[in-house]
Amino acid sequence: MKTLGRLLKLAWPLRGGMALAGLLGFATIAAGIGLMTTSAYLISMAALHPSVAALGVAIVEVRFFGLARGVFRYLERYVSHDVTFRLLARLRVWFFQVVEPLAPAGLMPHRSGDLLSRIISDIETLQNFYLKVIAPPLVAALVGVGMWLLLGAFNPLFAVSFTAFYLLAGVALPLLVRQLSRTLGREVITSRAELNTQLVDGLQGMADLVAFNQAERYQAQVARLNRRLIAQQKRLAWLNAMQTALGTLLMNLAMWTMLVLAIPMVQSGQLDGIYLALLGLATLAGFEAVLPLPGAFQQLDSSLEAARRLFEIADTAPAVAPVATPSPTPPDFGIIVKGLSFRYQPDEPLVLENVSFDLRSGQTLALVGPSGAGKSTLANLLLRFWDYQEGSIKLGGHELREYAPDDIAALIGVVAQTTHLFNATIRENLLIARSTATQEEIEAAARLARLHDFIKGLPQGYNTRVGEMGLALSGGERQRLAIARAILKNAPILILDEATANLDPENEREVLASIHSLMEGRTTIIITHSMAGLQQADQLLRLEERHIPEPETAYIS
Amino acid sequence: MKLDKRLLAQAGNIKLYLGLTVGLGLASALVIIGQAHFLSEIIDRVFLKPGSGEIAGAILILLGLIVGRAGLGWGSEAAANRAAAHVKLVLREKLFGHLTQLGPTYTRRERSGELSNLLTEGVESLDPYFSQYIPQIFLTMLVPTSVLIVVFATDFLSGIVLLVTAPIITFFMILIGLKTKAVSQQQWSVLGQMSAHFLDVLQGLTTLKLFGRSQRQEETVRRISDRYRITTLKVLRIAFLSALVMELGATLSTAIVAVEIGLRLLHNQIEFQPALFVLLLAPEFYLPLRSLGSRFHASTSAGAASADIFKILETKPPVAPAALRPLPAANNFIIRFEQVEYSYPDEQDQSRPALRDVSFKVLPGQKVAIVGPSGAGKSTIFQLLLRFIAPDNGAISLVACNDSEKALGWQDLSAQQWRELIAWVPQSPYLFNTSVAENIRLGRPEATLEEVMAAAQQAHAHEFIMELPQGYATVIGERGTRLSGGQAQRLSLARAFLKDAPVLLLDEPTSNLDPETERLVLDATEKLAQGRTVLLIAHRPATIERADRVIHLENGRVSATRQRGIA
Repeated sequence: MKTLGRLLKLAWPLRGGMALAGLLGFATIAAGIGLMTTSAYLISMAALHPSVAALGVAIVEVRFFGLARGVFRYLERYVSHDVTFRLLARLRVWFFQVVEPLAPAGLMPHRSGDLLSRIISDIETLQNFYLKVIAPPLVAALVGVGMWLLLGAFNPLFAVSFTAFYLLAGVALPLLVRQLSRTLGREVITSRAELNTQLVDGLQGMADLVAFNQAERYQAQVARLNRRLIAQQKRLAWLNAMQTALGTLLMNLAMWTMLVLAIPMVQSGQLDGIYLALLGLATLAGFEAVLPLPGAFQQLDSSLEAARRLFEIADTAPAVAPVATPSPTPPDFGIIVKGLSFRYQPDEPLVLENVSFDLRSGQTLALVGPSGAGKSTLANLLLRFWDYQEGSIKLGGHELREYAPDDIAALIGVVAQTTHLFNATIRENLLIARSTATQEEIEAAARLARLHDFIKGLPQGYNTRVGEMGLALSGGERQRLAIARAILKNAPILILDEATANLDPENEREVLASIHSLMEGRTTIIITHSMAGLQQADQLLRLEERHIPEPETAYIS
Repeated sequence: MKLDKRLLAQAGNIKLYLGLTVGLGLASALVIIGQAHFLSEIIDRVFLKPGSGEIAGAILILLGLIVGRAGLGWGSEAAANRAAAHVKLVLREKLFGHLTQLGPTYTRRERSGELSNLLTEGVESLDPYFSQYIPQIFLTMLVPTSVLIVVFATDFLSGIVLLVTAPIITFFMILIGLKTKAVSQQQWSVLGQMSAHFLDVLQGLTTLKLFGRSQRQEETVRRISDRYRITTLKVLRIAFLSALVMELGATLSTAIVAVEIGLRLLHNQIEFQPALFVLLLAPEFYLPLRSLGSRFHASTSAGAASADIFKILETKPPVAPAALRPLPAANNFIIRFEQVEYSYPDEQDQSRPALRDVSFKVLPGQKVAIVGPSGAGKSTIFQLLLRFIAPDNGAISLVACNDSEKALGWQDLSAQQWRELIAWVPQSPYLFNTSVAENIRLGRPEATLEEVMAAAQQAHAHEFIMELPQGYATVIGERGTRLSGGQAQRLSLARAFLKDAPVLLLDEPTSNLDPETERLVLDATEKLAQGRTVLLIAHRPATIERADRVIHLENGRVSATRQRGIA
């Protein structure tokens, strides 16, 4: 319920459009009811052979409803899609707003590509929240009221009888089926997820499976999961078929009951027989509004699921305390760390324990140690992605906590083990470092990073698209692009985290050369687990293995 | 979309279910007509012919028809769902089985996302095609035809109205459909791109933050979403016309029928009962057409999926001979490459031959290093040895040491037999989403836990495994523990220890390990290599130094070989 409330609150600014679309949806169905009732009335009247003039009004009405329905349907679809797309835009912007201050610490548990895609599909599920969840009950309620008034004008009993069937078909039946299929539905989702994992595993690990002659055994496992899923889906489909059948049954029963109630009244003269056909047809036409309700109930569940997951992320507290006062201006870029200890979660072991060093402005510190020793964690703390609990970090003589995270980011250039490239051109990917850079500056940076010649050789040069949907760059090329970014950014402090770890020896030499030109005059921290290329370091700090799995470098991708 | 015959051929008894669907559909059509008949009869008698006798019987028959209609609907939907379930079951299994036949070069990792999506969502998209679209097609053929026949028999003029309007509606639907289909599909793909952009922004959020650019992205997200909304609505404005035509066609025709019979009633040219009967049938005539329109999208997505599915099913796997000859005695054979050539199948620019005229021999127990720049064909040699691919030309054979005439060729052994002889330690081993023990058991599924632990000990993996939360039962992967590169490497070595095969294919990792891990991996590798024939893709000078023989590859050719001691 709370989730639903928050969701409605998000959609609230679009209420005007939603109301309009709802009214148009109501008008569409009302036109259908109008068409059938006036038609029935028309031929019943005609059967009594009045003058042509007496039929005139009914004929005009029949024609009007015949035309109006199509037009209303068209407008309704247009307006509701407009609302849907507006909602999608709002959801995206909202989610970005809540997630931006959290990154990267708050997103750590959600960092894998899978979970991010999950977020995307959750937002896509919610984009249909209006169209498939809010609109159908709204329209059904309006039609219900309209039918009450129409039938009640003849006899209150008709209105009560219709409404009883209407509620049975629109509310009770979907709730019943939902209750019956709840466990089954959850089982299907679990089975599907398991099968999916198994398939992804099997396809990605195909080489290993085939090489070890295990493909057939694996195939049998897949077949078993597949059978289980299909059996569950069959049972679910059976329930859904029951729902459709019972819906039709209730609709026709409502019509039948209407006849059974009306016929004695006609026979006793309480009701003019001319209205008999009208009542029957109006009843059938009115049920059009409840048809989409079962779907709305299902969609409501998945919407709430999706919303719950998104709100959970949105509710994460930022890992970094906000800064009230403006950040100090550092007189120099020395970094002094004293007695620094850190753990990611209160119940987890320490990742860093009592680390101290004193790095003068412009000097270079090499941070070495095996993986899991906390090197990348230290870098995360220096970037103020997390706040530390014990000890102190001073930048230019001021405690790191006094700086706003954005101001710290502006002071530090980072070249990490892997580099995120956006689905954009190389130029745009470089401009991220400094949006105002001219073409000359970009090229100069690329030259320093030994990247310019490579880019010049590409078909569209700096305008070549890279990233997932563009050209795939090799590890070395990506690293050099990251270095070019760092050169463009021209920040006084530099963190190089395993910047050459993924490279083969030839590339490593070239990249190291570009890095050395970048390091000149900057306070630099080199993180590495190999001892190669440490000649430039003024100091060396060794962190010991703590056997604690650290998150992968947080600021990558 | 036309019924894809290939889909029907995949699943035998699907025809039975579809036949059932058709039969039940026809029965539904008759019940619908019967319901309209009795309804009009009852109203007629109450309204215009009071005292024409008892109507309770007719009312009960009507009730019976109503119940029967629901039952038939349930039955036909259930039959259609069974058909769909059956198709999904069979196709998914066939598809995965066929992919294992096509092997790792086909399912290589960049593609696995696309393939697994096809296996799950793609196969799933066939469901609405079989459970909704096909039954609807039959209903659309059966119900309007039956209704039309009955209306003609009842009232000729109304029959003409229906007969004339239906094709006009269909014609306009198709016309508009054709015009907008391409455009709306394009729009959906734009929607996909928009999602991809948003994902890209989220994935790169940290990078954006590092450069102080993240807050500006909010505006970009808003702008792109809005632009998308405006352009899409422009297209939809036209696409929705088909809905307009459909509705207008159906309702206007009903209106025409109503007015036409109303006026003729007035002039006594028709009785009330047949008039009401026709009016009741008119909406039933258009309803299936309308439902078909709304289910049309089910057929397009299924069409795309089935095209992809059959593209895979019709790709021929490399010829896999059956086992003809027994395996050679362990480690008593020479591996011989004779003028082997291989080109990767023509995909984009991959037509370049990967191996040309490659010949060499590996003696039992020899350690052979394969070196060369990336793209020289080193891993192609491994893929051939693992029989992921078959050579285009030349021969790869196992020659008995004591009898050089006795050679077991490619055709003499099944791929499974061949792979029995080989253990493979890839550069980046894949770890499955299951327990550590199961992951090691890939080497020999029937191994006991003691054997698994022994293998892990030899691979220097036991120590770190015991530090994992549940030891050997710890689940690796997304929701479980993640292992470092060095740890994965050691698990892979444990697999090879467990398999205990005479030939070892080693792919030396390029990424740097920390010195301690590197020492452990090297030590385990050396132990593993003892007494086995080893082929090694090598990068480090130290490893190359220690090999008995070095084969240099360049551009798919052997450029030099060197024996130990002979420069």
